[in-house]
Amino acid sequence: MKKDIILAGVGGQGILSIATIIGYAVVQSDLNLKQAEVHGMSQRGGAVESHLRISDKEIHSDLVPHGRSDMIISLEPMESLRYFPYLKHNGWLITNITPFVNIPNYPEMEHLLKEIRGHKNSIAIDGDAIAKEIGSPRSMNMVILGAAAPFLEIPFEMLENSIRTVFGRKGEDIVKKNLDALSRGRDFAEKHIQK
Amino acid sequence: MDKLLLLGDEALAQGALDAGLSGAYGYPGTPSTEIFEYVQHSKEAAQRNVHRTWSANEKTAMEEALGMSYSGKRTLVTMKHVGLNVAADPFVNSGITGTNGGLVVAVADDPSMHSSQNEQDSRHYGKFALVPVFEPSNQQEAYNMPFDAFALSEKYKTPVVIRLVTRLSHSRAGIFRTNQLKENEIKLPENPNQFVLLPAFARENYNNLIEKQKILEKESENSKYNEYYDGKDKSLGILACGLGYNYVKENHVEAECEYPILKICQYPLPRKMITKMIDECDEVLIVEDGMPVVEEWLRGYLDNSLNIKGRMDGTLPRVGELNPAKLRTALGLEPYPIKEVPVIVKGRPPQLCKGCPHRDSYAALNEAMKQYGPGHVFGDIGCYTLGFLAPFHAINSCVDMGASISMAVGAADAGLFPAIAVIGDSTFGHSGMTPLLDAVNSKANIVAFILDNGTVAMTGMQISAVTGKIEEICTGVGVEKEHIRVINPLKTHHEENMKIIQEEIDYNGVSVIIPRRPCIHIAAKLRKQK
Repeated sequence: MKKDIILAGVGGQGILSIATIIGYAVVQSDLNLKQAEVHGMSQRGGAVESHLRISDKEIHSDLVPHGRSDMIISLEPMESLRYFPYLKHNGWLITNITPFVNIPNYPEMEHLLKEIRGHKNSIAIDGDAIAKEIGSPRSMNMVILGAAAPFLEIPFEMLENSIRTVFGRKGEDIVKKNLDALSRGRDFAEKHIQK
Repeated sequence: MDKLLLLGDEALAQGALDAGLSGAYGYPGTPSTEIFEYVQHSKEAAQRNVHRTWSANEKTAMEEALGMSYSGKRTLVTMKHVGLNVAADPFVNSGITGTNGGLVVAVADDPSMHSSQNEQDSRHYGKFALVPVFEPSNQQEAYNMPFDAFALSEKYKTPVVIRLVTRLSHSRAGIFRTNQLKENEIKLPENPNQFVLLPAFARENYNNLIEKQKILEKESENSKYNEYYDGKDKSLGILACGLGYNYVKENHVEAECEYPILKICQYPLPRKMITKMIDECDEVLIVEDGMPVVEEWLRGYLDNSLNIKGRMDGTLPRVGELNPAKLRTALGLEPYPIKEVPVIVKGRPPQLCKGCPHRDSYAALNEAMKQYGPGHVFGDIGCYTLGFLAPFHAINSCVDMGASISMAVGAADAGLFPAIAVIGDSTFGHSGMTPLLDAVNSKANIVAFILDNGTVAMTGMQISAVTGKIEEICTGVGVEKEHIRVINPLKTHHEENMKIIQEEIDYNGVSVIIPRRPCIHIAAKLRKQK
């Protein structure tokens, strides 16, 4: 088993929480993990990425090699495209489609969607809308993680357990909402794959 | 045994704690900050009462650590690479005094300058000060090395550098803890003159230090961190340092590497191992993350004796962080097919947060400066450096910690009017107080803005050393009370703030303006405490 993942987004959107949830699930199993993340200046509203590598063998590089990523999980549509050079041609692109506009020259949404859907294996999901529906706008990142879950080869229950552990100290309500967000994301992706 | 999921920084800290650490010293700086913070937040460190308060800057941190080492206890100093420039005086001299209790200097370099002004390589400093350097290639080594570094430090009475790079500092992996050692008791140096660097003793110590190099080299030859892996094909040998080793291995996951590989993670260089590689291989590729340090040493100035490839001949790029793809090219392997970034993707640089007090400070400063034209504002290191970017374009320099005030002094001396400095509260505590004293003594005509958001914001909300003390420090170094003006950086105070700025620009002498409003990331917390 080997999964090389690029997590993408804008500083403050919550990609590190996704990394923590997957990381916790992986460490509970016998798999190896390396996860490189961005700290410091770039976190202030800039483009951020995290490289997440999971394998049943020894992992050497902390960085995913260019052209070898099995999937990009992105919390922002334009950011999902920034890391194309890492993605395998048949890799999955799973992205939120609510834009985070904090630059004056942000591209047209229809052009972004065209690029995203132009990639063979893509899931474009409105994570912000779903998170709002379930009354937890801040759980957008868990919706997107849910949408990536069918491709992760990590049992879904293990991700749920991670959420219980990682969000546990924030109270039962937060845990429940994040679990709900995760399921909603997964359901969306599964329907999409069947099509 | 339990597996911990730790950043390289955190693994190093846990290793130091388990290896009998009595005190950590440091100043925050990306990518080193999390080493110190891990000790700070560790329950064990609290139980053992391990020293873990941030220092005012890297120099004081280094000296405080040297004092703890003098007393016989094990100590860790943490900083980013440019911080070692600030600590260079005590660091280099600690090589000459040598140590008593184990002293580890953990320095995190930043190849590619993700969050820094340069990509200097701390291995240069190790060689310069003639002290051993460890360079972990993974998180487990980052955990293990403090044990060996403390042991080496105490055995040979030398400080030991552990050099990290951003990619390891900020990458997580599972690590296993080993045994836990007890802290040392207080024990003064056997030789009472060891730390007295009067010329007579310094000469003697320096001779000893040079003599020590042979033994340290032997330690490197026998180190478990330096390893020679044989290969059938001797047309090329690969000498891979630190993380460079991983990128070589990453390109050989499908098939074993056919070339010999020499992994180097402990310095001074293991001479015999290197000689073996040079002797048996036609060419040697040197792979190091950072500057071509080893490559320069081996090539020598005339570069005419060995067949070496690396960063200096373009086999690998001369600058920037390494990655698997760069190694793939250097090894002559077929590159993986790459999808291009669509042209519609635009750059998204970092920016000041919404509601950040610096935004209002810059808005007022910019308006006040309009009549003087561009080129008058000297910036410094912190979140407010982002004031360079759109929409503010407010600062004209960013060089090193504290340089805003000193450069404004020099510019004012040259006749530039107005000469404005913009510095954050923590940076002021780090290196801004002494140039302000210069300004007062030379009656320089400057206005220094000390942006007081009550925290070290850029590196993650550490406690600022000067919180609550700024006005007193300024009056203490001799700034006149009536020219220390505190303003509230808010839109509603804009007109009033502009007026104050204008008054202080008009005053011929040293003025300090302190825009004071908490960083939005701690404002909520502060409200709760009230």
